Amino acid sequence: MSYWCQMYFQNGVTFTSMRVQWAFGMYCVVLMLIFVFVMLSVLLCCSGSHQFIYMLTDHNLERIWGTVPLLILVFLSWPSMGLLYVLSELETPLVTVKCIGHQWYWEYEYTDFAVVSYNSYMVPEDELKLGEPRLLTVDKSMVLPFSVWCRILTTSFDVVHSWTVPAFGVKSDAVPGRLSESSVKVEMPGVFWGQCSEICGALHSFMPIRVEVVSAELFSKWLWILQSSVWEG
Amino acid sequence: SFIRFSGKYPEHTHKNDPKAEELLSTAKFDARFQMCNQDKACWQNYVDYFRCIKKKGEDYEPCNWFKKQYQALCPGFWTERWDEQREAGAFPAKI
Repeated sequence: MSYWCQMYFQNGVTFTSMRVQWAFGMYCVVLMLIFVFVMLSVLLCCSGSHQFIYMLTDHNLERIWGTVPLLILVFLSWPSMGLLYVLSELETPLVTVKCIGHQWYWEYEYTDFAVVSYNSYMVPEDELKLGEPRLLTVDKSMVLPFSVWCRILTTSFDVVHSWTVPAFGVKSDAVPGRLSESSVKVEMPGVFWGQCSEICGALHSFMPIRVEVVSAELFSKWLWILQSSVWEG
Repeated sequence: SFIRFSGKYPEHTHKNDPKAEELLSTAKFDARFQMCNQDKACWQNYVDYFRCIKKKGEDYEPCNWFKKQYQALCPGFWTERWDEQREAGAFPAKI
């Protein structure tokens, strides 16, 4: 979850978000190196007693400062090209969840074995227990297994919403009439949070997402219990 | 793989947990619908299932492949609407 004065990403816990954050960190390092190099060059030029008024042409220098940036850009694009395909990959999913946006709550459907469907409402501030985060706590959270490819299909019952969990690196618009697919393979158990990310009316800020990631055995037991009874929360 | 992470993410992280493969299964990848928008996949599998059971009968086992696909992919309120349309004879596809 986000913390006070957060400056960077939340820790990536999925196959894709870990790789994307790695690439971002690598790009930051390269950019810092270039920035430091340029600043040092500017300082050297300004502070030294060198004068460059007698240099008219230097083809070798021009070759160097043309090809080195090109090579740097090729080096930067290498992981990016790979990630472009990794992000849209969905290696044999074992779970499909439908996240249906309503005004103003999320409905989760698991229909792989039997129809299991429930709504997830935000808990109002006056009903929060001690320690529960404000504007994030929900009565029923979405559950996923870890180390398993999950297919997340988002759509909407009314207006456009957006289902996002920053720790998963997922932001998927829930558009009515459309079924947007995203893939998630969470690598560790835990609880991960998100909030609706597309303006959808008066209570847009009050429809959070809570995902509880558990082992595959626990997940299948939970599904089995749900399909045979009504979940009281 | 295209990206090397200096051994930090070994190859098996690409695959599902083997224990989970015994417990869970869902709709398979459909090469006819490779785009992000899967509404056509849901629609086509729904239509294909009912065409299949009309042609082959409800007991024909291979038709259940389409059923599993559309049940996994389609939201409940879409299939409920289409079921009502089929019963009313107003379904917008020939079954």
